[in-house]
Amino acid sequence: MEGNLSQTTLTAGHTAGTDERLDLRGITKRFPGVVANADVSLAIRPGEIHALLGENGAGKSTLVKIIYGILQPDEGEVRWNGTPMIIPNPHAARALGIGMVFQHFSLFEAMTVLENVAIGLDSPEKPSKLAERIRGVSAAYGLPLDPLRDVHTLSVGERQRIEIVRCLLLEPKLLIMDEPTSVLTPQEVGRLFETLRKLAAEGCSILYISHKLAEIKALCDRATILRGGRVVGGCDPKVETASSMASLMLGAQIKPLARRATTALGPSRLVVGGLDLPADTPHGIGLRGISLDVRAGEILGIAGVAGNGQNELFLALSGERTVETPGTIMIDNTRVGHLGAERRRALGLCAVPEERNGHAAVPEFSLVDNAVLSGHRREKLLAGGLIRAGRALDFATRIIKSFDVRTPGPGAAASSLSGGNLQKFIVGREILQKPGVLVVSQPTWGVDAGAASAIHAALLSLTSEGSAIVVISQDLDELLAISDRIAVINVGVLSAARPTASVSLEELGLLMGGMHEADVAKAASPEREMADAP
Amino acid sequence: MRLKVEPRRQVSKPLQYATPPLSVLGTVVAAFVLFAIMGYDPLRALYDLFVAPLGNVQGLSELALKASPLVMIGVGLAAGFRANVWNIGAEGQLMMGAIAGGGVALAFYGREGWWILPLMSLAAVAGGMAWAAVPAFLKTRFGVSEILVSLMLTYVAEQFLSYLVLGPWKDPEGMNFPQSRMFSDSALLPVLFDGTRVHAGVLVSLLVVVVAWVVMSRSILGFEIRTVGLAPAAARYAGFSQTRVVWLTLLATGGLAGLAGLFEVAGPIGQLIPKITPGYGFTAIIVAFLGRLHPLGILLAGLVMALSYIGADQAQVDMGLPNAATGLVQAMLLFFLLASDFLVRYRVRLVRPAATSEPAPAQKATA
Repeated sequence: MEGNLSQTTLTAGHTAGTDERLDLRGITKRFPGVVANADVSLAIRPGEIHALLGENGAGKSTLVKIIYGILQPDEGEVRWNGTPMIIPNPHAARALGIGMVFQHFSLFEAMTVLENVAIGLDSPEKPSKLAERIRGVSAAYGLPLDPLRDVHTLSVGERQRIEIVRCLLLEPKLLIMDEPTSVLTPQEVGRLFETLRKLAAEGCSILYISHKLAEIKALCDRATILRGGRVVGGCDPKVETASSMASLMLGAQIKPLARRATTALGPSRLVVGGLDLPADTPHGIGLRGISLDVRAGEILGIAGVAGNGQNELFLALSGERTVETPGTIMIDNTRVGHLGAERRRALGLCAVPEERNGHAAVPEFSLVDNAVLSGHRREKLLAGGLIRAGRALDFATRIIKSFDVRTPGPGAAASSLSGGNLQKFIVGREILQKPGVLVVSQPTWGVDAGAASAIHAALLSLTSEGSAIVVISQDLDELLAISDRIAVINVGVLSAARPTASVSLEELGLLMGGMHEADVAKAASPEREMADAP
Repeated sequence: MRLKVEPRRQVSKPLQYATPPLSVLGTVVAAFVLFAIMGYDPLRALYDLFVAPLGNVQGLSELALKASPLVMIGVGLAAGFRANVWNIGAEGQLMMGAIAGGGVALAFYGREGWWILPLMSLAAVAGGMAWAAVPAFLKTRFGVSEILVSLMLTYVAEQFLSYLVLGPWKDPEGMNFPQSRMFSDSALLPVLFDGTRVHAGVLVSLLVVVVAWVVMSRSILGFEIRTVGLAPAAARYAGFSQTRVVWLTLLATGGLAGLAGLFEVAGPIGQLIPKITPGYGFTAIIVAFLGRLHPLGILLAGLVMALSYIGADQAQVDMGLPNAATGLVQAMLLFFLLASDFLVRYRVRLVRPAATSEPAPAQKATA
């Protein structure tokens, strides 16, 4: 956080000048029915780490797509090193020296790191030479990466390194990072920040997009805050507090969670004992000896780095994958291990999968049909095999009202909703079914802070009605805020759950990185952790 | 300069419904040019193909007769297609239905009774289902592609039918022709209007359309089928079984195709012969897509395709247009439909690589 980052000119907003690397002036972009960016101005200097903050739908993605040449602005000017430019496509953006690391990687699992990098290059290069360059760049920036490894053997953190190295090979002048830490352990986040600081020190500008206010405080020199497509302010994140930035972003003070005092817990509602589940795909993770016990009124948080068996655990709990031994999973003392999703739902277990599109909801379906999808049984939406259209409409309308889902109406297609609104709809759909047990995966991934706090509040109020909730999440802050106990899943093994009050962030991070509980005390070096990563 | 295909941001809904009529129009235009090149009077050919059959009771009744199996099979296929179950062997299922139902007719040869026709129908449905059960089993148990299995079984069914009418089921008084006995009266479908060949099967196909419409749009079963097709993971999440949907749609299609086959042999044909269908099972695939996989659309599409059959006959008789013209017109129709569907979803752009892939200073640039 030292060195060139100690710039003193931290005035917020737009400052005219020729020494800006990227200078956006009055960018406006309209889509049918919505103005995604309205008169947005933003300037980034060489060597600056600039945060772009905003809720979902605030216009961050649109702005970044304009910079990267994916979209063209309707009005306004993009200046690059003082020259007004038209960037017709990403190829052109890369030619200028703009690199981008997307939130969702585009990698071919069955190919090597080298092959993946080669595919992304605009001009072909000899493999041996390219491998040498990859090794060079990864050594120079502390991004250990073996060009000959197959991508499917790499952890998510390592995969992200491929994307970053791919950008660095182009010697970028501006690197755009879109929510880069959502999939990383705290230790990996630390390493990433070191890399970014080193880059910035060499004069590369970085545009850093994140919801995580603490990270922005730790990393960024300046922040531009978007709300409803407009710049609502700029600030020095090191001076502002996280909550003051959040209120700028949301336009209102967000209510801190009213975490209820842990009341006396009821009986166990979901008990899993010795659950083994083999991987069902070549690169999947098998579950080994999973045991957990969630009581009425309790939230059990399950932390872990993506791809450590969370999906498999979710599927095993929701009933989308079954086991042969019925007694392995018990809902309210009923053996359900062998029962499928619909039977378990009838017994009171509802679930919210991580993936909204195509798993929790069918994008092409209307909200009414999506309400029928999981609600047809518990909400009695069927009569003689036919769907009771009136009741289905009522149910969908109730979800929309109770959970403040912004949509033209229940007839709108799920795909027309923003991520946060669809997530509210899905979570609402499950909660309104009054489940005895709710299993939720990534309840607030890609959801803005306002929607996230609404979802958290809804989960908490569900526990006060005596439901037991399992939250599987990669967002530690979220888990620390809402769970009563936390367990960590790593390579398909679940650690013992501990009361949230007595675990430290560092401890969790080490468990997530594959350290066993005994090793946690030793606090192994990051190198070691990297080598052990699955 | 090169052509670039890119998805459209917004897919126009009205245009999606306009593509079937547009592709019919495209077919007419292309057929006009083609017939002209072949040396036929194109206007007269088109008139024979598309208009003449509609001018009299005979033509209209034949239209209903030929559309009926297409619609019945098309409706079944469409349910499968919605669930991504690609049964393209309805032709074989049709033949097995005809064999099973016809077998019953021959077994009770000379007997009279109201129960013979229902029994034949049941046997036909069972026969078609049995033939469709093979790909269903192989797909759900071993993950074998139903496309290949169902298609190849068609040829097996064809050989089996030939074997029967050339061998064990050959009409003893048939002068050694490869055909079975003519069915008894009780084994023949009642004709609805005197002087035409329109039989009760036409009513059944209308009933199938209505039932399919209700099932696909109102029932949880139709919901299940649509969900499995659009989002398999969401279907598992909802507790819908993909295996069940594969079985159901294949069996339904097989049963409907089998019944359609029976209606051919117990209707206009009246006996088992080696070739009982001019490819209804395959043409129904075009019908299903031309009808946008919607039962009502399939009814209309079935009529259009039936017209192409009858019109080609007419043109053949009237002006000696080759019989292959039927296949040609049908294939062009499918081609135009697929092409216009594609163009509704994607657009083709001409791009000059040199001009667009470099960053360009804006017009106002001072540099």
